[in-house]
Amino acid sequence: MKAMTHFREIEGRSKGYYGLLVLLLFGIGLGLVAAALKGTYGHHITGMNNHVVWGLPHVFAIFLIVAASGALNVASIASVFGRKAYKPLAPLSGLLAITLLVGGLAVLVLDLGRPDRLIVAMTHYNFKSIFAWNIFLYTGFIAIVAVYLWFMMERRMNPHSTKVGYLAFIWRLILTTGTGSIFGFLVAREAYDAAILAPLFIALSFSLGLAVFLLVLMAAYNWTGRPLGDAILRRLKNLLGIFVAGVLYFVAVYHLTNLYATRLHGVEAFLLVHGGIYPFLFWFGQIALGSVLPLVLLFHPVWSRCRAVIAAACGLVILGGLAQLYVTIIGGQAYPLDLFPGHDVSSSFFDGVVAPYTPSAVEWMLGIGGVALALFMVTVAIKFLRFLPESLADDKVDPHHAAQAAAGAEPAKA
Amino acid sequence: MSHDSTPDLSRRRFITGAVGAVASLTVAPGIFLMQTNAQAGTKPGARWGLLINTNVCGDCNACVTACHKENGVGSMNRPTTDAQWIRKVNITDRATGHSRSLPVMCQHCEHPPCVDVCPTGASFRRADGIVLVNKHTCIGCRYCMMACPYKARSFIHEHLTDQVPHAPRGKGTVESCTLCVHRIDKGERTTACVEACHTEGNGAMVFGDLNDPNSEISRRLAEYGGAAIRADLGLNPGVRYQGL
Ligand code: SF4
Ligand code: SF4
Repeated sequence: MKAMTHFREIEGRSKGYYGLLVLLLFGIGLGLVAAALKGTYGHHITGMNNHVVWGLPHVFAIFLIVAASGALNVASIASVFGRKAYKPLAPLSGLLAITLLVGGLAVLVLDLGRPDRLIVAMTHYNFKSIFAWNIFLYTGFIAIVAVYLWFMMERRMNPHSTKVGYLAFIWRLILTTGTGSIFGFLVAREAYDAAILAPLFIALSFSLGLAVFLLVLMAAYNWTGRPLGDAILRRLKNLLGIFVAGVLYFVAVYHLTNLYATRLHGVEAFLLVHGGIYPFLFWFGQIALGSVLPLVLLFHPVWSRCRAVIAAACGLVILGGLAQLYVTIIGGQAYPLDLFPGHDVSSSFFDGVVAPYTPSAVEWMLGIGGVALALFMVTVAIKFLRFLPESLADDKVDPHHAAQAAAGAEPAKA
Repeated sequence: MSHDSTPDLSRRRFITGAVGAVASLTVAPGIFLMQTNAQAGTKPGARWGLLINTNVCGDCNACVTACHKENGVGSMNRPTTDAQWIRKVNITDRATGHSRSLPVMCQHCEHPPCVDVCPTGASFRRADGIVLVNKHTCIGCRYCMMACPYKARSFIHEHLTDQVPHAPRGKGTVESCTLCVHRIDKGERTTACVEACHTEGNGAMVFGDLNDPNSEISRRLAEYGGAAIRADLGLNPGVRYQGL
């Protein structure tokens, strides 16, 4: 038997809905204020400096960009890998992919020294620069996913949606590789000089994207009172667990290969042992809270049946991802460049010492603004367009499950 | 040595008017406003560079002071964000305990990573080997600062008012040593740092054309050799050091 999925806009008239909108608008406002302050006073009001040139805004921006490509996974599983159960989730997946990317790009652009010259970036290209390539990759991604969404939601176009789905899937892999390569190309920075950063970013995008997707899905269905079955949740949370384990694997390989190379022992010791905030964020934030604990929560036979536990695990994965990006982006810059190997070095320009960096309120505001922008667009879009199925109850999602239930099998209820 | 520098006669030359062209206010505006004499430009086929003798360079700051005065680079008393086009670095060999002091500035790489990564092409290398930032197309992304192995670049973190006409600087853009391109384009054949090093310092620096085997810099390099900082990166910088 084939269950037909009905998509419908959400009501969007409740106090809660408007409250959420106001909250998100406030977040966007924070970001705009931050951008205005930076524009007026310059970057010296941030924690960034000539030694740590990319700071917290880049952590947020890259988080959002990486999560955006990962959020598309659910749709890809449905279209590229032909798993029917995921099909009803595909529109939300595509929507999140676009909004997260827009949020991330907004942060990136507003953190430029000259955001007013965005037009220059659009008209002058240096094709050797991976950054310039990324401009194409990002705009292309938005366009392709938009077409994909349209094909999925417009019945006439339905038959073609799979093809676009393939294209979107391949594009997202390239896009994440491109994002990872921003760092991989920095030959002189020891923490970044590793080809494995590209696959590591892909794995990271899978886990972060799915964590965000799951949280948004659960919130949307919970707050609108629409049914969300355990079957689909169980699949998704298992998938999340696998992705988290995958990231852990790449992180382990990255550090182990670095530890083989004597010349990288200094930076490894810095990031893993004596670098102050960076080892702390790595071991406590990224590994313990962001990877191990979520794995336990997601695979524990009893706890993992509770939705609050799944949501908590998603939240932890997100926090762990932010910690990971902080350690990679900022820790990698804080560790001094080795201009004179074998020498002790000092100067008035922070040669040979760990570069100081403390994120300022302005940077937090900008980052939060980007997140709020992404979520605001989702919240508005699902009110005016049919992104969400009316029901994701087990029998609607999985025909086998419906048959089983009819035959008297007991559906698990959390 | 540096004779493998590839002349890039196309766009860069056009932009900078470096090919002994007619008197002009050039197209990379703001940077090369001073070129008024057709004869007095840079030298076709040249690759400008510096040679620094670390055995002679001592505990002095003349080059730094002169550069920052020449180019209007002032301190805001904020050490982490203050721009530094050139800095004195003190190094001590861990194995021998031997200490030296040497100036480090943009090394004017033949294969500059800053140029490779710059999304807009604002970072560029002239045919005569000088690496510059076009202040009109720099969007302030700081990717070049991430990529430069020598920490040669500074980002302008605040509004500035004390610029000098030949060295335009502005909030939100990146800058670095220009090898006193305003002097070279006027036909002068020295830089502020080299000049100061000879008059006030220890005479440790030489400026010249690395492609001209008869230039003082080339003769010295041929005789005594000269190492690049982080030669392992293969960037073939135009700034060389003796006694490293
Ligand atoms: S030293 Fe740095 S800024 Fe100068 S050319 Fe080389 S990479 Fe570019
Ligand atoms: S900061 Fe300016 S010069 Fe540097 S990479 Fe960005 S656009 Fe190019």
